Amino acid sequence: MASTVATTIKNLWDGGVSPMKVSYGKLMMWFFLVSDAFTFSGLLVSYGMVRASHPAYEGATKDFVFSQEYWPIPEKVFDAFPFFHGHSWPLAFVGLMTFILILSSVTMVLAVEAGHRRDRKAVEKWMLWTIIGGLTFLGCQAWEWTHFIVGDGGGGASLTANQYGPIAFADFFFFITGFHGTHVFSGVVLNFIIYYRTVTGLYDRRGHYEMVEKVGLYWHFVDLVWVFVFTFFYLV
Amino acid sequence: MATAELKIASDTHHDEHDHEHHGNFWTNYVFSQDHKVIAKQFLITGIFWALIGGAMSVIFRLQLGFPNATVEWLKPLLGDWITADGKIDPEFYLALVTMHGTIMVFFVLTAGLSGTFSNYLIPLQIGARDMASGFMNMLSYWFFFVSSVIMFSSIFIETGPASGSWVIYPPLSALPQAMSGSGLGMTLWLASMALFIVSTLLGGINYITTVINMRTNGMSFSRLPLTIWAFFLTATIGLLSFPVLLSAALLLIFDRHFGTSFYLSEIYINGEALPNQGGSPILFQHLFWFLGHPEVYIVLLPALGITSEVISTNSRKPIFGYKAMIGSMIGISVLSFVVWAHHMFVTGMNPFLGSVFTLLTLVIAIPSAVKVFNYMTTLWGGNIKFTTGMLFSIGLVSFFISGGLTGLFVGNSAVDIQLHDTYFVVAHFHLVMGSATFFGLLAGVYHWFPKMFGRMMNEKLGYIHFWLSFAGVYLVFFPLHYIGIAGFPRRYYSFTNFNAFNDFTDLNMLVSIAAIITFGAQLIFVFNFFYSIFRGRLASLNPWGSNTLEWTTPRFPGHGNWPGEIPTVYRWPYDYSKPGAKEDFIMQNVPYSETPESNTPEENELIKLELSNDDLIIQAGEETPKKQNDQDNTQEHN
Repeated sequence: MASTVATTIKNLWDGGVSPMKVSYGKLMMWFFLVSDAFTFSGLLVSYGMVRASHPAYEGATKDFVFSQEYWPIPEKVFDAFPFFHGHSWPLAFVGLMTFILILSSVTMVLAVEAGHRRDRKAVEKWMLWTIIGGLTFLGCQAWEWTHFIVGDGGGGASLTANQYGPIAFADFFFFITGFHGTHVFSGVVLNFIIYYRTVTGLYDRRGHYEMVEKVGLYWHFVDLVWVFVFTFFYLV
Repeated sequence: MATAELKIASDTHHDEHDHEHHGNFWTNYVFSQDHKVIAKQFLITGIFWALIGGAMSVIFRLQLGFPNATVEWLKPLLGDWITADGKIDPEFYLALVTMHGTIMVFFVLTAGLSGTFSNYLIPLQIGARDMASGFMNMLSYWFFFVSSVIMFSSIFIETGPASGSWVIYPPLSALPQAMSGSGLGMTLWLASMALFIVSTLLGGINYITTVINMRTNGMSFSRLPLTIWAFFLTATIGLLSFPVLLSAALLLIFDRHFGTSFYLSEIYINGEALPNQGGSPILFQHLFWFLGHPEVYIVLLPALGITSEVISTNSRKPIFGYKAMIGSMIGISVLSFVVWAHHMFVTGMNPFLGSVFTLLTLVIAIPSAVKVFNYMTTLWGGNIKFTTGMLFSIGLVSFFISGGLTGLFVGNSAVDIQLHDTYFVVAHFHLVMGSATFFGLLAGVYHWFPKMFGRMMNEKLGYIHFWLSFAGVYLVFFPLHYIGIAGFPRRYYSFTNFNAFNDFTDLNMLVSIAAIITFGAQLIFVFNFFYSIFRGRLASLNPWGSNTLEWTTPRFPGHGNWPGEIPTVYRWPYDYSKPGAKEDFIMQNVPYSETPESNTPEENELIKLELSNDDLIIQAGEETPKKQNDQDNTQEHN
């Protein structure tokens, strides 16, 4: 189109074309993700500020006991694994969850790639794996929450009480992982819609699989945010 | 991949719907996806809200100006909010102040201004058929509408609307037992604002994408009208700051309804200790003002953009310092994110941090001053046409100066200790942000009314409206500076108990009378607006002799804006009174080849590019995408 109209087209930003060679839908998804990143940043900065206002645990790690007086050491809080009651495997389960989520990002990449080739069967396959990955992650999170809420005989945690440390720790844990989980859940719903529309052949008729790419962007973003949530709540 | 993408890019680009759409009443006027209709929906909703917000301010000014008078006669309107001895209920006074602020800042000056003019002008001025996504645009309005309905309904509930002031600081807003307005009223406030944020984001994402992707041929960023630059930057600021308010509001909702302690710690209420521990109310202030300060510029920048356009057009002169205008708007946008703590100087923050924020705040004076001087130098020696829109634009510049100067006082962390939360601050921001923006909004309505409705607004009524408003605003807000320096705190119901303030009774009375007159003047506008829609003088195609593309459309642009091809742009939008030109304006779609009499030597060079030099064009058209494709591929393989 650019070459058919006789104007002063010297540069892509002179109008008449999409300067980034990207459709408006994909641009919109990018801008939405930027703004969503600010929502998460707001929450994580709040977490950092409240955490900094609480004293940290000073003693040796092996002597650590849960107390309201100081912020807990995460690996002492999250050391349980399903079916291995009584074992202390710090961060093993959340590591597995993270691995599953990242794996689902990989399958999403493969789905997008298959979409470029307009290979419907492959898109279906990889979208299905992505959905399964997302659902598994949500299931793991449900177990993780249940364990955190029920606790190991110390009363567990809720929004108003916390066996493991200051209430704010539980409040932020539930809020931020919950907010992220909501994002994962909506991602799974979107992925399912994409999967369904692929199966019904909509994108084949449309001639391109751009929707897979757009939802893929969202899915990778949710994955990336988890890396930050993981770092803030489990590692530091 | 590259070919598929290119195909998409050209598919989704704007040459799909040339033909007129004929829907029914519901799709044409209610659930319309046409940006022009959506803009009018925003405008009329904004006018509705402005009347409510303005009326509220008149009611609380009655209390402040005439503290001993009985206002029994308001009983039919306010019912039980008038106490037995004929006074405004103190709690309701707080609700009025809160709702006035909320309505004016968010519903009038954000949605009413950006919603109207970003929607209306972006596609028309960049030469696009419509917004990138008409559907999202429609959703944006209807989210705003539902948010409005919720906020409006909160006025009528028995416990009253939110009354912890528009900044809704916890713990006051977080504890339903703190005051009656913190109950259901605050719940509705938060619900309404959450929907409002969704609406703003849907709109903003659309504006940004449309400006980037849908500009017509030749409309480079350096040829964009300053209005579009302003809307573009406004949407960007909103995109980055509103989500943070969303996080703050969500945390507050959890504190209110689920017993969390994000903002609450060690509170006694009615002698009873609350269980909340470990939160921080200051945290809320940080999150709130991280939106709250950029919000000032979300409000102001579109008004400045409109003013640039109106002043240049009606001075019949190119805008002075086009690039400096863009630069200063970008500067203001960036700085707006690093000054939020100047609202929090008295929260006990580290004085060193206070100095840092003072410095950053005062730096904003530089781009602001650049803009002011550019307005004045544009006016200087111009062949000024005093249209109503022009008068309101000049009024904006006046308020921007007189209100901006006091910003230097309140932005200073030491001086702010005395001035914080006094009427001085009220006077400052009502001039620089409230009234200035409001005047920008009105200038925009008067200026683009002929395009919106195909008719002219009445000039005489416009003049009366302007002079009453202009004098009224100064009579209201200038005295408030003195009252503020004397130490009157904001949001107090009554000052009659303090002897020190007796001297200011007369001044307060004057302010209240001026407020009533100013509000009355707005009714003239409302009459003029609705009367002119149906009975106004018919407008010509380009009544102000303006250069921008919206004036190349038919008198009633249909869905798709231009009946034929979209015009191509050959020059910047400010070729007014160009030496040698036949007329005192040359529209953006006039090629240099048609104006040899006024071209500069450089522009004569550009004619070669305009003429259909196929070799050159095809070479350029092919080479650039190729390079892009290569880049795409490498990115993919990485």
